[in-house]
Amino acid sequence: MRWTVRIFLVATFAALSAGAYAQDIKIATVGPMTGSNAEVGVQMRRGAEMAVKDINAHGGVLGHKLALTVGDDACDPKQAVSVANQLANAGVVFVAGHYCSSTSIPASAVYADSNILQITPASTNPALTDDAAAKGWINVFRVCGRDDSQGKIAGNYIAARFKGKPVAVIDDKSTYGKGLADETIKAMAVHGMRPAVHDSINAGDSDFSALISKMKAANVKAIYFGGYYREAGLIVRQSKEQELNAVLMGGDALVTTDLWKITGEAGTGTLMTFPPDPRNLAAARSVVKEFKAANYDPEGYTLYTYAAIQVFAEAARKAHSIKVADLSKTMKANRFRTVIGTIGFNAKGDVIGPDYVVYDWKDGTYAELKK
Amino acid sequence: MGYFLQQLVNGLTLGAIYALIAIGYTMVYGIVGMINFAHGEIFMIGAFISLIFFVVLGVLGVTWLPLALLLVLLLAMALTAVYGWAVERIAYRPLRGSFRLAPLISAIGMSIFLQNYVLLVQGAHEKTLPPMITGGFELMQSGGFMVSVSWLQLIIVGVTLLLMVVFTAVIQLTPLGRAQRATEQDMTMAALLGIDVDRTISLTFVIGAALAAVAGLMVTLQYGVIDFFIGFLAGVKAFTAAVLGGIGSLPGAVLGGLLIGLIEALWSGYCPSEYKDVAVYAVLILVLMFRPTGLLGRPEVEKV
Repeated sequence: MRWTVRIFLVATFAALSAGAYAQDIKIATVGPMTGSNAEVGVQMRRGAEMAVKDINAHGGVLGHKLALTVGDDACDPKQAVSVANQLANAGVVFVAGHYCSSTSIPASAVYADSNILQITPASTNPALTDDAAAKGWINVFRVCGRDDSQGKIAGNYIAARFKGKPVAVIDDKSTYGKGLADETIKAMAVHGMRPAVHDSINAGDSDFSALISKMKAANVKAIYFGGYYREAGLIVRQSKEQELNAVLMGGDALVTTDLWKITGEAGTGTLMTFPPDPRNLAAARSVVKEFKAANYDPEGYTLYTYAAIQVFAEAARKAHSIKVADLSKTMKANRFRTVIGTIGFNAKGDVIGPDYVVYDWKDGTYAELKK
Repeated sequence: MGYFLQQLVNGLTLGAIYALIAIGYTMVYGIVGMINFAHGEIFMIGAFISLIFFVVLGVLGVTWLPLALLLVLLLAMALTAVYGWAVERIAYRPLRGSFRLAPLISAIGMSIFLQNYVLLVQGAHEKTLPPMITGGFELMQSGGFMVSVSWLQLIIVGVTLLLMVVFTAVIQLTPLGRAQRATEQDMTMAALLGIDVDRTISLTFVIGAALAAVAGLMVTLQYGVIDFFIGFLAGVKAFTAAVLGGIGSLPGAVLGGLLIGLIEALWSGYCPSEYKDVAVYAVLILVLMFRPTGLLGRPEVEKV
């Protein structure tokens, strides 16, 4: 009996302290906090926490403090929808998320129904904003680029560097990975190049030796991989074991030093496309310093998540409102100074900003490839 | 020809790992007639323990590879065996004699529990180990294709076959094996004849867990990337291997594991690899249609 009372008291207390004060503006970031892309979840959480801290330190938004919730979708579409519904019920007005395109797209429907503004820092599949525009939703934005422009850069690069040589295109069947691989093939086709090996893998598998033998038999010199860093790293590592001397090129999902932990030295020369590194921008200098002081290197999508929240705060100030219709109109009409540079949005909600560039890996870190 | 041989090597290595895990499923099924769904998680724990000990030994300065490998192997087997024993003691023994589905549900619960336990203790992040055993040799050059076999691949296949022989011998020739076979046939009768049934079953779980630890160590060495979720996929494949080979039969588990590895590799080698799992399960269904007890399984006699 005493236990029941105690548990009840604890539960009541927890419920009370969890609910933010009524005057706070509730926002959220949602990403893969667990699962095989958890490293990116950390980037998003760090970026969001720092942005909220900085904005609140400067007086918040329209006189209210921001209260951040961190949601976990584990890159699982079903979990993403349930998290989105929870956030809608909790009265969240803005979500900086999600990460995987396969979760951002189904969640965007929930946000559209609930009048929640969604700015994804990382989902690059064209369908996200294309479908939203086709359905007349006004709430979907992204501060990252699109896979059709990313695939085009990658396809052009491969066509130029590996002209006349056999190349392979592999994807992991995910919305992001397959979309990216298809765009790359399209761009290669413009240069009259067709992949010698075109295949898919199952995300979550560890053994790619059979596929690597297949690429070795085709004497492949470059592998374009549409997918996430774990499988990319394993392919590089196992290629080295079988002495397949091919360069792996991937998309923005490879932007994490965890890739190097898997590949080791074998990762030297691995290529990827990503927008110009925001850590080097003058606009980001003070924020980067703040992160470094907290003993964290704001790699990958950290600053993109930070920028998404900056855009929301700035748009709310300009519109004097946190209603999604006002925010959306303001976002499309203005340009915003963020840690990833000065950006704007087109009618679909896609970012108008810097294009992708090619990076290569060396000694455990990545740098823009010299032209 | 060379290409085919290379895919054979790839498939045998992958299959050997499935086989090591499948032995644990098959032994437990043979003796208590239940599917230990937590076995995949035991394998995952074995992989984590191996990785942790590699790091610890590295810190202690044990760098001579054969010694480090042997120490890690023994420690991982011992500690994982404790997990196997505890799972049986906590989740299955209290339910012995209750209705058939109870231990099955308990096993699924145990699997979820162990997965989340590792998730909480070790984090969701994958853990990595740099390649430790590198190098190999060129088997042959044929048709413009160099067939390469790494030392590690040889070790994996060799260890699996060795363990299969050892444990088949244990079951056929030792007093423990006799007790296991007796318990398998009739638990009550075995107990009446003075066999400590609980101890025999415990030992079966301990052996299964120790073998899963060997598989965990192999995966850690071969792929170098592990996380809390690897037990699920590996468990499903190994369970399929056990069913394909004939659940309850130890050589059957090894045969099933190797076959699944080979099907995966050869299918990936000659057909679109995205359908390799379809191929595996199609073969499983075909085999079960014509041999419902699996390739080497004995027809089940319903005990009255």
